[in-house]
Amino acid sequence: MFPKYLATFAATLTFTIGAANAQVRIGVIASSTGPVASIGIPQKNSAALLPIRVGDLTVEYVVLDDGSDPTAAVTAAKKLINEHHVDAIIGPSGSPQAMGLVQFVAEAGTPMIAPVGSAGVVLPMNAQKKWVFKTTQNDSASVEVLLAHMAKTGIRKIGVMISNDAFGENRYKEIVAQAKGFGLSIVANEKYQRGDTSVMGQVMKLIAAKPEAIFIACPGSPAILPQATLRDKGYKGRIYQSDGAALEAFLKQGGKKVEGTILQGSMMLVLSEIPASNPSRKVMSDYVAAYEKRFGKAETFGSQLYDAGLLVANAIPVAVRKAKPGTAEFRAALRDALEATKDFVATQGRYSMTPENHSGMDKKGANELITVQEGKWRLVR
Amino acid sequence: MDIDLPIALILGQDGIINGAIYALLALAILLVFTVTRVLMIPQGEFVAFGALTMAALQAGQPARLVWLLAALAVAEAIADLIVLRTRRQGAQVTFSALLVKLAYPFVLAALLYNLPTATLPMPVQAMFTLAIIVPMGPQIYRLFFQPIASAPSLILLIAAIAVDVSLVGVSLFVFGPESASTAPFSEASFEFGSVNVSSQALWVVGSALALIVALWLFFSHTLHGKALRAAAVNRTGATLMGISPVFAGKASFLLATLLGALSGILIAPITPISFDSGFVISLKGFVGAIIGGLISYPLAAAGALAVGLIEAFAAFWASSYKEVIVFTLIIPFLLWRSLTRHTLEEEE
Repeated sequence: MFPKYLATFAATLTFTIGAANAQVRIGVIASSTGPVASIGIPQKNSAALLPIRVGDLTVEYVVLDDGSDPTAAVTAAKKLINEHHVDAIIGPSGSPQAMGLVQFVAEAGTPMIAPVGSAGVVLPMNAQKKWVFKTTQNDSASVEVLLAHMAKTGIRKIGVMISNDAFGENRYKEIVAQAKGFGLSIVANEKYQRGDTSVMGQVMKLIAAKPEAIFIACPGSPAILPQATLRDKGYKGRIYQSDGAALEAFLKQGGKKVEGTILQGSMMLVLSEIPASNPSRKVMSDYVAAYEKRFGKAETFGSQLYDAGLLVANAIPVAVRKAKPGTAEFRAALRDALEATKDFVATQGRYSMTPENHSGMDKKGANELITVQEGKWRLVR
Repeated sequence: MDIDLPIALILGQDGIINGAIYALLALAILLVFTVTRVLMIPQGEFVAFGALTMAALQAGQPARLVWLLAALAVAEAIADLIVLRTRRQGAQVTFSALLVKLAYPFVLAALLYNLPTATLPMPVQAMFTLAIIVPMGPQIYRLFFQPIASAPSLILLIAAIAVDVSLVGVSLFVFGPESASTAPFSEASFEFGSVNVSSQALWVVGSALALIVALWLFFSHTLHGKALRAAAVNRTGATLMGISPVFAGKASFLLATLLGALSGILIAPITPISFDSGFVISLKGFVGAIIGGLISYPLAAAGALAVGLIEAFAAFWASSYKEVIVFTLIIPFLLWRSLTRHTLEEEE
């Protein structure tokens, strides 16, 4: 109830990047306040790094905050569409917000590129979802890689600990759907709230079920608490974390308790270990350098939004040949151009879209299997 | 799943630790409500402030929160000056007191920005944390609640919500989105039979007990404490007896922020706290206070302890429904209260 007031208030605080009378106008929605602010803030910052000139055209970015609230995200999107007459929307930060926007962007005929994980945003493809694209690898792919690693290393019984929110629920559904295929049985599954001060009850139950490994899925630094409590209570098995934990704070606050964790995260975390032959490495290091010059330590969530911006910038020159920016025809042309994206290299990997596949990244995704060694991210070899 | 004795003991211990914190917050909420009729919704923010300021000091960062204190002090000084000008007998405000209040945050800031806070002993860090946060209580009362002290409860509630929302925003701005935790007071742990008790747990429970006893002594043995109690029992009567409602309001807010910030300092080594953690923690204290009928201190403390214990066991048996179970608790108590209610609350 309270964050909503906050969100409405915050949504009125708009700022724009680029020339005020630019030819192309892009709306950005990021959750820079509220519970998922740790995801939204690097995304909001990254909007400031997007190209403000594409070919001969100037581009302006109108950035709004949705306070991590799906209702406020709709308000923000309507404002962008009706008042700012944007040609495309980048964002929002979370899957629940993105799901809520699908209908509105489709009605307005404005393409939206969301940096979210839930495949439900673009699948199953229909008349509304054809206006939506996404830049983050699918939940299913990120779960699959971790489950495959468990199966490969001889684990049979797993425990699952998820945050009681859309992020956790989506991961849990994927884990349940895929576990059997990898010969894994789920012997315990527990939920907790991101704001919980203690997860002792859940942890005792997990330990009592004697799983060989535990999969924790929660966005942001609250992912640490269950792991720390598990280790405090003497759990010796391996712990897997979702990409939601791929944060600097995870290393800093987790300390010894997160040593040996296996998770799937952006190559940003292990950039120095990525071979130079990977074309994304350069795009990513340029992004990280630009980000760190202005905002301090870069986080992976920012690069997901940055990719969305790059995809739009890549599509603009194609669309502008068909129609004038600011018109419905231009937005439709932009959508068509986005759908025709082929082998486009951005920070997270190579994007190729088709009319059926608006998720852009192949199954492997750009995410790497990463572990924590001596307080640093390392590639799993 | 069956529960055996060692697990029950661990959960019980966990429940008591959290319950002790909820009890402190319940007492603070109750105190403020009985004295000023304000539902202390921002109570949890002081917990977050306490934990995050302590963490910032330990990380050697200057405690930027001191600038909120300074801003509030300046606003308060301006408000006081207006009062001095417009009222002939501004008995409450003197010019020198005003200057001292205005200078305090800046002296504190100078100290914080020049001392190597990371290497100070922990009690000193805690003192600094309290020195930053506790004065905000009376400031917030002075600025946001004193001018509307006689307004209907609903308006006070709305003002409290507004203050809370603003403080959460400030908290995000000052501390950033990431959670933080602090070093434990000591690393030792003790074996009691099969249960391993960390010294931090003893610190939390011990401090909570000590604070409750101190509050009891304050209310029963000091003139100021008795004055506050009188104001809580009957505001009009207390005013007629010469107890200033402004003093009573400021004192109750001061105690509430003290309890909140101390709770934050106590809990920060056990659990990471982020800018928005405070609200839910204080909401559970609030459930305890409701169980106490917003009247009785011992009942509120017992209720808060029960909330902690129920939460711990609910997390074990039905983790998906833990919050539902904790917050549903309120309904039977409200029902029971409204059926057996003898009106103690005077509505003016």
